[in-house]
Amino acid sequence: MTELLVGTRKGLIVLEGEAGGEMKPVARAFPGDEVHFALRDPRSGRYFASVSSGYYGPHVHVADDPSGEWTDTGLAFPDDTGATLEKVWVIETGEEDGTLYAGVAPGALFKSTDGGDSWELVRSLWDHPTRPHWQPGGGGLCLHSICTWPGEPDRLALAVSAAGVWLTDDGAATWRHGNKGIVPGYMPEEAREDTIQLCIHNMQRAPLEPETIYMQFHGGVYRSDDAGESWSDIGIASGLPVEFGFPIAIDPSDPDRAFIVPLTADLDRVTHEGQVCVYETRDRGASWKAHAEGLPQENAYLTVLRQAFTYDRNDPLGLYFGATSGDVFTSGDGGRTWAQSATFLPPVSSVRAFTG
Amino acid sequence: MPTVTLRSPLKQRAGRDSVEVAGATLSDVVEGLERVAPALRGWVTDEQGRIRRHVNVFINGEPAEPGDAVGPSDRVDIIHAITGGER
Repeated sequence: MTELLVGTRKGLIVLEGEAGGEMKPVARAFPGDEVHFALRDPRSGRYFASVSSGYYGPHVHVADDPSGEWTDTGLAFPDDTGATLEKVWVIETGEEDGTLYAGVAPGALFKSTDGGDSWELVRSLWDHPTRPHWQPGGGGLCLHSICTWPGEPDRLALAVSAAGVWLTDDGAATWRHGNKGIVPGYMPEEAREDTIQLCIHNMQRAPLEPETIYMQFHGGVYRSDDAGESWSDIGIASGLPVEFGFPIAIDPSDPDRAFIVPLTADLDRVTHEGQVCVYETRDRGASWKAHAEGLPQENAYLTVLRQAFTYDRNDPLGLYFGATSGDVFTSGDGGRTWAQSATFLPPVSSVRAFTG
Repeated sequence: MPTVTLRSPLKQRAGRDSVEVAGATLSDVVEGLERVAPALRGWVTDEQGRIRRHVNVFINGEPAEPGDAVGPSDRVDIIHAITGGER
């Protein structure tokens, strides 16, 4: 049984069911507010939600039960930064007990060491000397991907749209770029090599082989074999039909395996040619295979946002994605076949699965 | 002392639909509101103390600005604006 936390434009909806079958709503929280992201911490069982009221600003809330009372954790910029929180894009568990991270716009990282009850700005990244040159992507200057390193709490890889990949090996004392090999086609050729204006869309680390990280870029799909220091193109040349897309999902038990949902282009951010397909690689991006069984194949122009594709740790692998059409599709057989598990939801911003 | 009236969801967060808050200006009153009702911290104002863009504040029914004077028997209404909300 999977509990799927679906962040939508009109609240958090909790679905329950089996991957590959029907999933029923069992709870709805924050009615009317946009829930950008929600996560259940498997260590404590607590739920976290990034919620933006259309009136009262962005807040991170925590609860023991999504149907019960939620508490505002008070995540906010310190006064002396002069900054205001725009949106919390992602929350991830850290490697140490009680540690969580939150990635936000405008391009900052927050850390909690008390299980998410309070948060502190990670100053070293906020005060990085290159920050004045950071440029936002279409979704704002968003820190949307936080890749921890299993067993090594001091190592992180982050992705900021559009300020590239950031790496630390010393617990955020220092940061360095990890952008080598990424080609921003939206820049003039002369400017591509040195620019940090890199619009990473999503990044996921293979937990069994942490040096391996997969990336969906604004124009391309990449893989790193050296923990994010450098990147190889595994996109169109490997058989993908188009370069654009937002999320990327992995198989946590197989570092050679990843999944994407291609969208036509930046100028047309919908499933390619009206067909919803999930592409899978089993050979680290050397080749890709399209899966379409159970997915709409005619006149289906869906948008799947960067936090709206996830996986579980079951065997066979369960995969889940939601679209701004309000549909949620799931697979219980590693992406081979799919089911429309829920529909008529508000536009979906994020999905995260919890299987106990 | 001025009285601040609250609507949903602020009144649920504060646990009441009106709060008496001392202050000579609107910004004093709003700042004081967050002290008297800590659950509202970060909801009416942002981290820099600015009243949020889609929150309207009125003094005795008139639209008000942060520097406006507030009298001891004045009513301050905090109401979410029609310009806000989620599409």
